Amino acid sequence: MSDAEATAPTLDEMRSFYREMLLQRRFEEAAARVYTQGKIGGFCHLYIGQEAVGTGAIRALRPDDYVVTAYRDHGHALSKGSSSRAVMAELFGRSTGTSQGLGGSMHLFDVDRGLLGGYGIVGGHVPLAAGVAFASKYRGDGRVTLCFMGDGAVNQGVFFEAMQLASLWSLPVVFIVENNLYAMGTPLSMQTPVEDISLKAVPFGMDRDRFEDRDVFEVRRRVGRAVDRAREEGRPTFLEVLTYRYRGHSMSDPARYRTKEEVEERRLRDPLLFLEQRIKDAGAGGDLAAIEESVAAEVEDALEFAENSPPPDPEVATRFVYA
Amino acid sequence: MPRTLQVREALNEALAEEMERDERVFVMGEEVGHYQGAYKVTRGLLERFGPRRVWDTPINEGGFAGIGIGAAMVGLRPVIEFMTFNFSLVAFDQIVNNAAKIRQMSAGRLSVPIVFRGGGGAARMLAAQHSQATEPYYAHVPGLKVVVPSTPAEYKGLLKASIRDDNPVVFIESELMYGAKGEVPDGEYVIPLGVADVKRPGTDCTVVSWGRILHTALEAAEVLAKEHGIECEVVDPRTLRPLDEQAIFASVRKTNRCVVVHEGWRYGGVGAEVVDRVQSSCFDWLDAPVERVCNVDVPQPYARELEELVLPSVERVVDAVRRASYR
Ligand SMILES: Cc1ncc(C[n+]2csc(CCOP(=O)(O)OP(=O)(O)O)c2C)c(N)n1
Ligand SMILES: [Mg+2]
Repeated sequence: MSDAEATAPTLDEMRSFYREMLLQRRFEEAAARVYTQGKIGGFCHLYIGQEAVGTGAIRALRPDDYVVTAYRDHGHALSKGSSSRAVMAELFGRSTGTSQGLGGSMHLFDVDRGLLGGYGIVGGHVPLAAGVAFASKYRGDGRVTLCFMGDGAVNQGVFFEAMQLASLWSLPVVFIVENNLYAMGTPLSMQTPVEDISLKAVPFGMDRDRFEDRDVFEVRRRVGRAVDRAREEGRPTFLEVLTYRYRGHSMSDPARYRTKEEVEERRLRDPLLFLEQRIKDAGAGGDLAAIEESVAAEVEDALEFAENSPPPDPEVATRFVYA
Repeated sequence: MPRTLQVREALNEALAEEMERDERVFVMGEEVGHYQGAYKVTRGLLERFGPRRVWDTPINEGGFAGIGIGAAMVGLRPVIEFMTFNFSLVAFDQIVNNAAKIRQMSAGRLSVPIVFRGGGGAARMLAAQHSQATEPYYAHVPGLKVVVPSTPAEYKGLLKASIRDDNPVVFIESELMYGAKGEVPDGEYVIPLGVADVKRPGTDCTVVSWGRILHTALEAAEVLAKEHGIECEVVDPRTLRPLDEQAIFASVRKTNRCVVVHEGWRYGGVGAEVVDRVQSSCFDWLDAPVERVCNVDVPQPYARELEELVLPSVERVVDAVRRASYR
């Protein structure tokens, strides 16, 4: 993305990024609400607090580029262009969902938009992303694959194997660790002896970068460099983005392993608030209410759509197992 | 004019023909290129098709199985070689949690047309970690197809069908059969997955068996005919998932008796599945309990004598058929 290097975003961009991040936040707040009413089941992992990572990163992509991610995938799907209706309906397990109710919260797929899945085995999806990039190289289609993972994934054997092969074979892939400092209730310090996760690129001779998610445009710029490297030089990059989740690991986690003060302190550095302030500073604070309103309407519409959608036919359970 | 080929040559022909036919097909695995394959199945492929189509990998099963699956998700047709299927267990998560389930999780929007192939089953004195039947692990999983061929002609025809299949196929060869010879037809042919083959017609007792140990069952059938006057019908399902149960039922309804012979452990083995289907669909035709002949329930020992003891033998098959025949 050539304009990724441009530092000062236009006001239009600010509004558009803000809406995208706000949509993710309000969408998940609504999801959490109806989860407690039993309308959404299973594991449901909220992205609240991390929106700037997915938004900035996916904005550095071309529409035909690929995204492969883990189970904390609602925000990524919305950024990649999935409709809030289809994502909400999937969370509800309805026939109109992205996977017709077969995937649920953790397994969002939207193939037409290049979203090749959310996966539930920690680290297990990392080689898939390398494989998708392998196919791009094989065909010479010029596409880049972006792979999101949590800080817990980097301890898996298969993560190292995928890193190793991506570097050895020069695959056009960008690995992004969203380091939110916890893997469920385990703090980073109890997971890995090296605080700087990006160092894990070193033994593979892979380019790396490490930065905070505070400014979504900075995220786009830094990810954009890696995307350019992948597309133009066919080389992978390993990125560590420092972020934070405000909610528990999943809906069932009260997050007692960290203090209220810690969370409050992090909330003050919320990238969404940061962008809001920036829009105000640019003299466009008056636009915020309209954005909030349109987001609320979209979320309301998604909920209503999901609510009124029929459950999947029993026959759907068996229809897709084999091609 | 049929030719006499080794299993490895038949497999090599299948790979070369499919790579020639379809540019999306590529081969990946340990030692498949420069070394020409641990069992020489991929001999000459690197030279003929170049490094873009033949990928030597590090010892990295989880990684390259996953890379294959990712490539298949977006339309390539990888053939992933496990040096042996023992090492597929390192990639088990990739095969079971990714390959088998991506189609379901994406509501049919993504398919995974990939073949995992390599040697499996008993080898000679390789002991517990390198001598085992992995097919029951994979046959358990909806979303996978599992193929276990037994003759060179079938190795070729079934591998071609597996490569053309739009699903993940686990294709388990016999480590002891790469040098085994047999007639292979000339020209293009494909053997469809999920169709059983009657390897020996008979009237008195159905024997269901597959893979290398099928040949033990066939030997036993000759002994039974000669020494006991029992004519076995030996049915080879060839594909364990999907399983051609109708072919098995048709035979059992004729012979009224059934013995299942396979490598691997009895507990939860594929034989248990066959027995269950036979008892529930052929109950009124059966004249005796269905027997199973499997490995003894232990990790494979190293010593030759013990190894022989653990694997199904001609004697054990003969005994089981005689029990089922009350003779
Ligand atoms: C292989 C595997 N082991 C354990 C789990 C259970 N589990 C689910 S999420 C998780 C924590 C992962 O944390 P991280 O990678 O940091 O991602 P985050 O949840 O913070 O986004 C664990 C242990 C799993 N899903 N897969
Ligand atoms: Mg984490």
